[in-house]
Amino acid sequence: MHVQTKLVQIGVGSDEKTGAVSIPIHHATAYRHPGLGQSTGFDYTRTANPTRAVLEQAIAEIESGDAGFATASGMAAIQTIMALFSQGDHFVVSLDLYGGTYRLFEQVLSRYGLRFSYVDVRDTEAVRAAVRPETKAIFVETPTNPLMQVTDIAAVVEIARENRLLTIVDNTFMTPYCQRPLELGADIVFHSATKYLGGHNDVLAGLIVTKGKELSEQVKYLHNSIGAVLGPQDCWLLIRGMKTLALRMERHEENAFRVARFLQEHDAVTEVFYPGLTSHPDHEVQKKQASGFSGMVSFRIRDAKLVGPFLQHLRVISFAESLGGVESLCTYPATQTHADIPVEIREKVGVCDRLIRLSVGIEYADDLIADLGYALDQAVKTGGCC
Amino acid sequence: MNFATKLLHGRSGIDPFTGASSIPIYQASTFHQFDLDQPGVYDYGRSGNPTRHALEEAIAVLEGGSRGFAFASGMAAISGVFMLFSTGDHLIVPEDVYGGTYRFLTKILSRLGIEVSFVDTTRISQIEAAIRPNTKAIFIETPSNPTLKVTDLAAVSRLAKAHQLLTIVDNTFLTPYYQRPLELGADIVIHSATKFIGGHSDVVAGLVVTKDEELGNQLYLIQNGMGAVLGVQDCWLVMRGLKTLKSRLDVSTHSAGKIAAWLDRHPHVQRVYYTGLAAHEGHELQERQASGHGAVLSFDVGNRDMAKALFDAVRLPIVAVSLGAVESILSYPAMMSHAAMPAEERLERGITDGLIRLSVGLEDVDDLIADLEQALAIAAAKCLANR
Repeated sequence: MHVQTKLVQIGVGSDEKTGAVSIPIHHATAYRHPGLGQSTGFDYTRTANPTRAVLEQAIAEIESGDAGFATASGMAAIQTIMALFSQGDHFVVSLDLYGGTYRLFEQVLSRYGLRFSYVDVRDTEAVRAAVRPETKAIFVETPTNPLMQVTDIAAVVEIARENRLLTIVDNTFMTPYCQRPLELGADIVFHSATKYLGGHNDVLAGLIVTKGKELSEQVKYLHNSIGAVLGPQDCWLLIRGMKTLALRMERHEENAFRVARFLQEHDAVTEVFYPGLTSHPDHEVQKKQASGFSGMVSFRIRDAKLVGPFLQHLRVISFAESLGGVESLCTYPATQTHADIPVEIREKVGVCDRLIRLSVGIEYADDLIADLGYALDQAVKTGGCC
Repeated sequence: MNFATKLLHGRSGIDPFTGASSIPIYQASTFHQFDLDQPGVYDYGRSGNPTRHALEEAIAVLEGGSRGFAFASGMAAISGVFMLFSTGDHLIVPEDVYGGTYRFLTKILSRLGIEVSFVDTTRISQIEAAIRPNTKAIFIETPSNPTLKVTDLAAVSRLAKAHQLLTIVDNTFLTPYYQRPLELGADIVIHSATKFIGGHSDVVAGLVVTKDEELGNQLYLIQNGMGAVLGVQDCWLVMRGLKTLKSRLDVSTHSAGKIAAWLDRHPHVQRVYYTGLAAHEGHELQERQASGHGAVLSFDVGNRDMAKALFDAVRLPIVAVSLGAVESILSYPAMMSHAAMPAEERLERGITDGLIRLSVGLEDVDDLIADLEQALAIAAAKCLANR
């Protein structure tokens, strides 16, 4: 069955009693036991909830994994996964990384003796060189946020297997509609489902999918024990969003191509980062491992002084911190998503103060292009530079 | 302002834009920024949301603290608070702590190099003896679950201060209506708001209140950084439940007192645990540090067969995991809340195979007593027949 069909069919037929096509929102926290020592399969909602179970089974199937877990946010998903590890463990991590993940690793988990090496994971030799005896996993974002660097997942998996490490992939940008890392050999895939999977900028959620029985059991234990689970209303909203994922991704991508090509031609823009462009250095890897390019486009504006006026003059696109929704959003990584990464590391990676990240929505493409064109032109006119 | 009024007006729930009497559910994951140089109060839903903020302010006011935090569950709140500590730190925790907290400490935090001593916190001398140079906090549940042992909050807080330790109190059983640990010297209060605060068995949630701003800033880093936040719909449900907290507890506590006294006289009940009974070990201390005894009681029917027969025969209470709801809930700690604890330790703590926990709801108390009476009679007859 095609993933598009699987997405639309989430939850259909799961409520046998009424046949409701949309799964009911089970708000109950506790479930009546038929008798002592007997259970309906649901005891306490933190451990399992019928609405959440539908979502978890669906994402597991769609990502080709064995078990799914819904968490309170994307960061709660990462927190739950990282609880698999112990004091002294070491990780090889994408150098260009979401700021929230970096903050969790460096400001919280480092206090527990977990150690992280940040390397350009596109460079397999660099990954190999970073592996130590105490390394436990390779943690990959692909494409990276915000520079859209693409890592060859199968190549990373090969190194991980040689060294008996887990491969953990953040699949937020691509979604299983475009990319399924578990099919490429990864062990754990996770999402900030707040983004494309939810897709409407209205629900905060995380999803984890594991491959293998033992790993699935371990994550299940942590999910319940740590308790950072997703509430039933949010599970339902997420399911509702996922039903249109395929349609949205098609339009996001179509619009992103148009926007990327427009930006490439604009005088005020010096570089455009979009893996769909044939000029993107990782274009071929992306084509090999994914069926699409998604809707995230970053670009460098000619001068940092133009950033403020550019954002001020956007009329359709919102200046807000997030991505993957139907509405187009524009983010300034230096002060928003990546503010917690020290400036010297940020600059070294390329997240400079001229970089702007666009989450291209599903508005009419010409309107987005007109909006960007107007804001760029106004910025050049009023920015008083160059 | 009295507590009952504070519940409704302590933190105004009125929406400033529309005057709506209930705060809107802001189902937004992100917030438009009007100016690059002047970020708005809200930027990203995990970092802050107006609906969640209203709940966080409300609980801070009710507990008399400076900052409130809403988490995805009581366990997410507890694990979040424990993440304040680092490898090499040592904590002191009650030996009969909630099974989920015990599991988190012994199976997860232990791997991260945090040491825990489990002691009888009702004995200050035991706590004092457990303090080491690397001890960072004393964690208290009072009354404890399920045998309702009472710990002296003021005495523990004094001891903690003398050794520069934090005092962290799980206040789930009593809620700020009956007990306000921060006023007795504690630094952090935690709730499984799934229980009495939500009160309707329809929302899983956790709340934390810190006494001072600095500790609040540290916890904010954890809440935002680890992301185990409460969803907005659930925040709204918790606030809705909170409005009737006093009314619900007044009724349930009154009923619990009556049921405890009745069970105490029942021939098939070997022991009743309820702080409202004058004979309870912690009765006087509870009277001193709290303004009520709450709606949870436990009783021992002697063995597993009696317990099982009773569970089969009751008609009114839900047989389920959880507590603190409008519906009465009967649970079996040995197999439910404390299933994660090894049997020897469980028995040592009085959590026998005959122990039953009752969370008294809002049903008519005489109906509840009549139901328990018929169930005890059936159970006793069944056990006699099997002998």
